[in-house]
Amino acid sequence: MHPALQGIITILVGVGGCVGYFYLSNQFLDKVLCPPRGKNAGRNINRANIIRPWLFLLPAILALSIYLAYPVIETLRLSLTKRSTLPDGSTAYAWAGLDNYRQMMKEPKFWEALKNNAMWLAVVPALATGFGLLAAQLTDRLKWGNIAKSLIFMPMAISFVGAAVIFKLVYDMRPIEQEQIGILNALYLNFGGEAPIAWLTTPFWNSFLLMAVLVWIQTGFAMVILSAALRGIPEETIEAAIVDGANPFQVFFKIKVPQIKGTIMVVWTTITIVVLKVFDIVFAMTNGQWETQVLANYMYDKLFRSNDWGVGSASAMVIMLLVTPILVWNVRNARREME
Amino acid sequence: MANLKMTGIAKSYGDVSVLEDINLEIKTGELIVFVGPSGCGKSTLLRMVAGLEKITAGELEIDGVVVNNIPPAERGIAMVFQSYALYPHMTVRENMSFALKLAKKSKEEIEAAVSKVAKILQLEDYLDRLPKALSGGQRQRVAIGRSIVRNPKVYLFDEPLSNLDAALRVATRIEIAQLKESMPESTMIYVTHDQVEAMTLATRIVVLANKGIAQVGTPLELYERPENEFVARFIGSPAMNLWPGEVVATGAQTKVQLADGCEALSNVPTTEADMGLKVKVGVRPEDLRATEGTPVFTGKVDFTELLGELTQIYFDATAGEHVIAKLPGIVHGLRGQNIRLAANPEKVHLFADGRSLLYR
Repeated sequence: MHPALQGIITILVGVGGCVGYFYLSNQFLDKVLCPPRGKNAGRNINRANIIRPWLFLLPAILALSIYLAYPVIETLRLSLTKRSTLPDGSTAYAWAGLDNYRQMMKEPKFWEALKNNAMWLAVVPALATGFGLLAAQLTDRLKWGNIAKSLIFMPMAISFVGAAVIFKLVYDMRPIEQEQIGILNALYLNFGGEAPIAWLTTPFWNSFLLMAVLVWIQTGFAMVILSAALRGIPEETIEAAIVDGANPFQVFFKIKVPQIKGTIMVVWTTITIVVLKVFDIVFAMTNGQWETQVLANYMYDKLFRSNDWGVGSASAMVIMLLVTPILVWNVRNARREME
Repeated sequence: MANLKMTGIAKSYGDVSVLEDINLEIKTGELIVFVGPSGCGKSTLLRMVAGLEKITAGELEIDGVVVNNIPPAERGIAMVFQSYALYPHMTVRENMSFALKLAKKSKEEIEAAVSKVAKILQLEDYLDRLPKALSGGQRQRVAIGRSIVRNPKVYLFDEPLSNLDAALRVATRIEIAQLKESMPESTMIYVTHDQVEAMTLATRIVVLANKGIAQVGTPLELYERPENEFVARFIGSPAMNLWPGEVVATGAQTKVQLADGCEALSNVPTTEADMGLKVKVGVRPEDLRATEGTPVFTGKVDFTELLGELTQIYFDATAGEHVIAKLPGIVHGLRGQNIRLAANPEKVHLFADGRSLLYR
């Protein structure tokens, strides 16, 4: 079958199946299970209203338990066992306690990944949120602000791998006698650089060049959310501040920013979670070489390159442990925002 | 402590003109109320005084200085907004001291000013609360306090009571009146669409309509001697009744022949030249009394409302709007009856082409 046709059929079956499930199950509840007529009409209506939320939540609960809860438990189990292939070709799992974790701790690459992740955490959420806030504020009053916003938002639509490929070209290096196709080297030479630099293989700074990719993508996200929040600020509080004698900077930092602090924190933590899971960019650009390793790529290396399921799962657990508190805090914050 | 002068002020948004040729002088110590129907530009005019809207044409002077291009903070004004516009992330104390902090006043000075105003407005117990922990009336007081702390030349109020419930509105109205009395030197401009607020608070009322000023005067001037039909109908509730007629006798008193054999006698003087002039006779509902003699109006009662202190009567509305009369006390059994009403000549207004004959 033609892949496009296959795709269309998948979409139709998927979307149709969802709509069909919600429609038919609702009909079943209202018409067959608890019909609102007869002598128990009132009781049936109440019952139907108690059952309905569960009916609609059921697919999500099932999907989440199969694709989220089960993998977490399985990963935990794998991280505590040692897998070995027996001579007859079958695999055997043996209880290993914390051996996998101990082994991981001994590996310098793990510590490098942890250190790099910490650096990403310090840089990316701050820059993406900061640029996003700046873009949101600056585009808000412009006539062509919406065009500017679309341009800034567009990277959001590009996959991480796609963005990585684009930036690989930006950082590209050719021998000095050839024309530079990487814009960074072209600029560097134009402004007096002596020889092109292999940016991505220069340790320490290359990590920041990778971070730039994620900042480029996430700024759009931050801008859209913060722009909506800025518009939600009551105009009169801003006017009151102007009458009170605040200059534009004071209006921004003392009146606007404090009023959207909650949203800023939600954006910040959401990007933090993305950063903790960052994998594609590193995988596609340096694959963790030249001291750019991060936890998710480390996990991928262990799990699928070295086939070391134990240490791979152990590093997955570390990522989860790091993400969880931020996630909880984020959800709480978002809820408080909604009140 | 300031005189305000508007000379030929106009405002337009692109091609749409909102206000044209506003001329007004406001003296120190006055409480001027801008009233008018929705969309008449009263808030826009206030916001131009505040500096929140650009003045399209004309000049605005405060104490003799043209302030058209002076930023709001340097005009010496303070504004109380309809929604209070308290800064939600600041405590009451911080809200009130924000302007002083921006003006780089010393800590002691700020503290002294805030606690003095908090005492006047009975906000001392709430100084460390956030606005969301306050009731509507308390928020309103904080908003007023925030403006007093700055000790401005001119206070601007933009419908400050419209977000309060009825009982609180009356109480706060009285508080504002007392506040004004305690600061006799302060100049205030107050925008409202509520004519009770206008009548009770104002030293002078400015009625805005049709992009301009319909009349300026003390509340009683506007009530007793409206310059035109618009002001006559706008001030007073229910609105003044208007009947078309023709002048049949002139002199110190004027006699007007109305429909259905009714006649009106008015103390508005006219001259020989006015004989046969088509006029409108205006009488307020509260000035109509039942009579046996020649009526100014007669009709069948359509509907009555017993309000206790008075009885409000609505007449047949076939000719357009209801004619309304207020009779003192409780009067039963009027519905469906034909009633004849008369009015004291002193209270009968005459209009020709929309203008009062008093102001020719």
